[in-house]
Amino acid sequence: MQQTERQISLKAAVIEAIAEEFRRDPETFYIGEDVGVAEGIFKQTQGLHAEFGDRRVIDTPISEAGMFGLTVGAAVAGMRPIVEIMFSDFLTLVMDQLVNHAAKIHYLSGGGFRVPLVLRTAIGVGGVLGSTHSQTLYAWPAHVPGLKLAAPSTPADAKGLMTAAIRDDNPVLYFEDRMTYNLKGPVPEGEHIVELGVADIKRKGSDVTLIAFSRMVHVALEAADALAAKGISAEVVDPRSIVPLDTETLIDSVARTGRAVVIDGGHELYGIGAEVAATVAEGAFDYLDAPVMRIGAPHNPVPCSKPLEAMMVPSADQVVAKVERMYG
Amino acid sequence: MRREEYIDLYRTMVRIRVFEETVRRYHIAGKAPGLVHLCTGQEAVPAGFISVLRPDDFITIYHRGHGHCIAKGSSLEALLGELLHRRGGVNLGRAGEPHLCDPATNNIGSTGIVGGSVPLAAGAALAAQLRGTDQVSVSFFGDGVLNQGVMFEVLNMAAIWSLPVVFVCEDNRYGEFTESATVTAGERYQDRGAVFGIPSDTLDGMDVLAVCEAAESAVGRARRGEGPSFLVFETYRFTGHHVSDQQEYKDSEEIRAWKARDPIPNYARWLAEKGHMDDAAIARIHSEIDDEVEAAAKVADSMPHPGPEDLGTHVFA
Ligand SMILES: Cc1ncc(C[n+]2csc(CCOP(=O)(O)OP(=O)(O)O)c2C)c(N)n1
Ligand SMILES: [Mg+2]
Repeated sequence: MQQTERQISLKAAVIEAIAEEFRRDPETFYIGEDVGVAEGIFKQTQGLHAEFGDRRVIDTPISEAGMFGLTVGAAVAGMRPIVEIMFSDFLTLVMDQLVNHAAKIHYLSGGGFRVPLVLRTAIGVGGVLGSTHSQTLYAWPAHVPGLKLAAPSTPADAKGLMTAAIRDDNPVLYFEDRMTYNLKGPVPEGEHIVELGVADIKRKGSDVTLIAFSRMVHVALEAADALAAKGISAEVVDPRSIVPLDTETLIDSVARTGRAVVIDGGHELYGIGAEVAATVAEGAFDYLDAPVMRIGAPHNPVPCSKPLEAMMVPSADQVVAKVERMYG
Repeated sequence: MRREEYIDLYRTMVRIRVFEETVRRYHIAGKAPGLVHLCTGQEAVPAGFISVLRPDDFITIYHRGHGHCIAKGSSLEALLGELLHRRGGVNLGRAGEPHLCDPATNNIGSTGIVGGSVPLAAGAALAAQLRGTDQVSVSFFGDGVLNQGVMFEVLNMAAIWSLPVVFVCEDNRYGEFTESATVTAGERYQDRGAVFGIPSDTLDGMDVLAVCEAAESAVGRARRGEGPSFLVFETYRFTGHHVSDQQEYKDSEEIRAWKARDPIPNYARWLAEKGHMDDAAIARIHSEIDDEVEAAAKVADSMPHPGPEDLGTHVFA
C-alpha cells in the first residue's frame, strides 16, 4: 500500500528536527527569550518545553550578548546548545561573541576546542514589523571564517538542515524566513539529514539558472512558471547553505544553461548575491551567454508603510524582467 | 594546608616570575613579537586561586594570562612555544598571547577582547550545572572589564541561575595607561557583584594565603551548588602594560609602596618564619626553577615555525 506523504509546516518541521535530536542526544539544550512556557513569539518552539522541561529549554533575560556568550562557553565545554536570537536584526548585539569568539576558538586553540552550537534566527520582510525586525543580515556572518550558515526554503529541507546543524561540530547559523513558517510540504518522518553544502535543484530547466535562497526560492519558482509560459525554461537551484556553498552544483547548472540570476532577500549591495554571482561568473565564464545578474532588496532600511514594505521583497515580475533583458 | 602545599605555592609564584622574565628577554630579542603583557607583581592571584581548583575545573583568562596558564598546569615548553609562535606551541603558534588557551587543562583561555571571556566562563559553568557535574568555572579578568556591558549581563544570569562560577577581578589600578579610578564610577568595585545579590568581597591580592583562603570559600560555595561569587583582588603590575611601556603615567611613590608588598619575598619571609623553609631551601628552589624555565626555553626556541600548510587548518572542525 502506498503511504500518503505527510504534509507539515516549515515551523513544525524545524521543531520536529529539534525534538528528535533532543531525544537522541542529552547534551543538547535550547536557550533564548520567551522560548520556554511561552513557546516562542512565533510558536517556533511549540511543545519543546512541555516535553523537555526547564533544564533543556531555558528562558533567558533580554541579554543577547551575554546569553549568546554563555552558549559559546557551554559549547566549548562540550554541550550542543541551540540558541535563539529572535530576529537576525539582533545579531548586532551578539556580534562580538559570534565573530571574535565562536568563529575563532576552534582555529585559535589549534583544533583543541570545538564550538558545536546552532544559532537559530528569523529573517524576512512582512507584517509591518519595521526596520529593526525585518532585516536579512546573513551576509555579515558569511564574511567570517569559521561560521556555517544554512537557510532552508522548504519544510523537508528545514528539518534536514536543522538536524545536520545540530550534529555539526561548528557554529552553524540557521536562518528561517518568518514568512515561510506556515508553508506546508512533505517531510520525511524520523531521521532526515540534509548535509550542509549540498545544493538542491528545485526545478529542472535548460535556458537560465535562477539561484535563490530561502523564501526567494518560491519567488524563483513562480518566475519559472511565468517564464515557461513565454517559452523560456528556467532551472531553479537552492544552495540551502550559504557557507559552505555548493559551488560545483551552481557552476555546473550555469554551464548548462549559459545564463544566471541570483535572487536574495537581503540588500543587493555587498550581499551574498554578489558573492554567488562572482563565483558562477568565474567558474562558468566560458559558457555564459549573458552577464550574471543579481536581484536583492533595495539599499534603504525597511519602512513600515505597507506599499513601501512590499517593495523590499524581490518579486517574480522582477525576475522575469531580468531574464527577458538577457535575451534583449 | 600541608607543608608541601605551602612550598608548591611558592614554587608556582617563582615559576611565573621567572617565566615572565624569560618572555621579556625573548620579546626584546625579537623572538616573541607583538604585544606582550606580563603579570610580574600579580603572581599571587593566579598561583593562589588556581591552587584550590581541580584539573577538570574550567578557567578563562585575559591578556595578562601567562600566570594562569602556568598555575593551571600548562607545559612550560608548549606555553613558551606558543608565545614564540611555533608549531609546537600549545595552540600551534597561531593564538600567540591574545588568544592563549589550553584545552588539555580546561583553560578556555583569553580572546583578545577585554571582557570577552567572561561569558565563556559562565557558559562552562552552565554546562557543568546542566550535566550535574560538580565542576567549577573561574573567570579571571582585569579591572577594565568592570565597565564592559557584557559583564553585567553575565553577572545577572549567573545570579538568577545560581551558576557554579567565580568572578575574579584582578584590580591592578590601571587599564593600559589610564588610572581606573578616573573612569570607574562607584565607591567599591565589589558592589558590581553585590547589586545582583552575589556574595562579593575585596581582598589583598599581594598576599597569596589571603587569595587561597578566599578562593577556598568561593570555589567551595560554587561546588556545593550555592552559586557565584564576585571577588576583587587588589594587586599591582610591576612592569608596563606591555613590555615596551615605560610607565610614565605612574607615580614613583606609588610604585615604591606597592613593590614593598611584592608577594614573593613577603611569602618567603613568612615561610621562613613559620619554619617551612630556610634560606638555603629558598635559594635552591630559585635555582631549580631557573634551570627548569631555561630548559623549557631551549626546547621552545628549537621548535619550527608553522609553515604554509598550517595556515588553513582547523578553520572548521
Ligand atoms: C574590547 C576591547 N577594547 C580595548 C582593547 C584594548 N586593550 C587591551 S588591554 C586593555 C586594558 C585592559 O585593562 P584591564 O582590564 O585593567 O587589564 P590590565 O591590562 O590592567 O591587566 C585595553 C584597553 C581590547 N583588547 N578589547
Ligand atoms: Mg588593570
